Amino acid sequence: MSDTREIWARLAGLTPARIGLGRAGSGLPTREVLRFGLDHAQARDAVHAPMDAEALAGAIANLGFTTIPVASQAPDRATYLRRPDLGRRLDPADLSKLQAAAEAADLALVVADGLSARAVHENAAPLIDAFKPLAEKAGWHVAPVVIARQARVALGDAIGEALEVRAVAVLIGERPGLSSPDSLGIYLTFGPRIGRSDAERNCISNVRMAGLTHARAAFKLHWLLARALTLGLSGVTLKDESDRALEAGVASQALPGSTTG
Amino acid sequence: MAYRHVVGPRTHVFADLATLMAKATPVRSGDRLAGVAAESAEENAAARWCLAEVPLSEILARPLIPYEQDDVTRLILDTHDAAAFREITHLTVGDFREFLLTATPEVLTRIAPGVTPEIAAAVSKIMRNQDLISVARKARVVTRFRNTIGLAGTLAVRLQPNHPTDDPKGITAAILDGLTLGCGDAVIGINPASDSVQALGDLLQLLDGLIQKHAIPTQACVLTHVTTTLAAMERGLPVDLVFQSIAGTEKANAGFGVTLDLLREAHEAALALKRGPLGDNCMYFETGQGSALSADAHHGIDQQTLEARAYAVARPFRPLLVNTVVGFIGPEYLYDGKEIIRAGLEDHFCGKLMGVPLGVDVCYTNHAEADQDDMDTLLTLLGAAGCTYIMGVPGADDVMLNYQSTSFHDSLYLREVLGLKRAPEFEAWLHGIGLTDEAGVLVPGSGAPLLAAAPDLAA
Repeated sequence: MSDTREIWARLAGLTPARIGLGRAGSGLPTREVLRFGLDHAQARDAVHAPMDAEALAGAIANLGFTTIPVASQAPDRATYLRRPDLGRRLDPADLSKLQAAAEAADLALVVADGLSARAVHENAAPLIDAFKPLAEKAGWHVAPVVIARQARVALGDAIGEALEVRAVAVLIGERPGLSSPDSLGIYLTFGPRIGRSDAERNCISNVRMAGLTHARAAFKLHWLLARALTLGLSGVTLKDESDRALEAGVASQALPGSTTG
Repeated sequence: MAYRHVVGPRTHVFADLATLMAKATPVRSGDRLAGVAAESAEENAAARWCLAEVPLSEILARPLIPYEQDDVTRLILDTHDAAAFREITHLTVGDFREFLLTATPEVLTRIAPGVTPEIAAAVSKIMRNQDLISVARKARVVTRFRNTIGLAGTLAVRLQPNHPTDDPKGITAAILDGLTLGCGDAVIGINPASDSVQALGDLLQLLDGLIQKHAIPTQACVLTHVTTTLAAMERGLPVDLVFQSIAGTEKANAGFGVTLDLLREAHEAALALKRGPLGDNCMYFETGQGSALSADAHHGIDQQTLEARAYAVARPFRPLLVNTVVGFIGPEYLYDGKEIIRAGLEDHFCGKLMGVPLGVDVCYTNHAEADQDDMDTLLTLLGAAGCTYIMGVPGADDVMLNYQSTSFHDSLYLREVLGLKRAPEFEAWLHGIGLTDEAGVLVPGSGAPLLAAAPDLAA
């Protein structure tokens, strides 16, 4: 019996999933019911915490990028949650600001709060830090980094269109999970313009310390962007085969030195 | 043609059938977002009175999206079974509700090919939750691949062992946990974090290897885009079920990157593999209210009717499994526990009435006004309604997709309170391993018999 317990303790270390919980009849042990309740409470709180755009701008400026703050048309969190259409539209006041900054770059990076400001606080700057040397090596011209409040993924289309860039990558806080309130998603769209569909994007999900590391995510973004710029498209027809490239040893050259690699 | 209903001094006017159906729908946030919801409680009730008087033949004759504009409409009308429809052709929506409440299971099976999604949706709108449960319970849909799913008195479970980085050891540990708790008869189905063919291949080999080695009477699926699965089949990888998310309009399907022809191509490729010893139901579809609006492809139609149209997309492919992911898409479509519960019962009812093997991912996200108590309620109601399958996620917490679904334990609870069995072949396998007793109840302990029989899984 203790043998079985040891096996389950070891297996539980292989995944963040809630395995080997035991049972009381057909139900969960009391400890697990209470743990779930606490985690749900924390995830609920994470959804409603605001993004600290100024601190983010500072961290990204330290990496050598200028930043442009923008907002969607959703005025507050409550409206944002019920009206995704407003979260996809740019505040008109910000449009001219972006148009003035247009400079025909290869890529625009958009840092967007989405559903978890915490994900952005913890992962956006490290991801950009890991991506920067890859972009420099590829010779890509990267536009100023846009920091977007109350934003949905498709807001990147409006931003990319205004900046007149060839592609846009939206770094956005994913919906917080019970065990992952800090997960960042990256959505790459070639030829951004208002009205693009989700099938025209490539997604890199679960970017965080305990998930896809910043170095690997940066490598994937670099791989996908290179393909997108070559093929002139993104989305379901652009298959992510970056894992092969990693396995083929390209990784050792391309991956920047990183403690999270 | 406009529809009218008089209530005292007021006449409620509904411009067309789509408007009438939208206004008759129990109010939810997604229809408000689309601007098609009833604007007052009285308008909502008046629309139901009015809809109850509409003949089914009129709904059939008035496609909500024109035949020329939408391939889903063409599919619905071109595959409509007029002979099956003859039995109900004389009924109004209100009559049809009463017909369904008195019909036998055999009658429901017979008329299913004559029920269009719009007819199913229309009648559901004037039904209470108890109606949706009692009729769905009578409508059985049985499918087969490596086992038999959907028999009366059974409930299957999809074992969903997702891992944030697709780590094979982590996934295997979660599969072992699920099997130990008697789950996995519907499918062992992984949502991969990566959508690369390479990663897909690794996961397919992993699942196929353990199913073959331990002769588990179930099927495997890696839930990735249909084009990726097609590429995997071309490379000779072991694909049991082809998965795809689908929706109820041509444009919404385009948003998912699929066409009906693409689905046909994948279906034929999977059939040609002949991997199912008991049957050739080899497609797995997921749906969910709100996907069409999300893709700006709703044509002014309410989200519940569009969801039923997605089942019409699924139906010709004779899928093994179809499930609505009812609370996944978020509060902008289903705001709270009450809306999620109602939608789950509607979706299950409409699917079953149309002859589609509907399961439900009973779930919510952390930005919705819902919690575990709401899920317990919907889970129990669906068990009573004869739901084909539910999800089994370790501890109800999906660590890859970031939402809460139902747990392995939840299925044990449901079996205990409602006396529901597993797919018979899988039930026999569990008993053979020594995990369950004669009645299918888990024996005490922590899965020691399986750990002994399959030490490789715990390696």
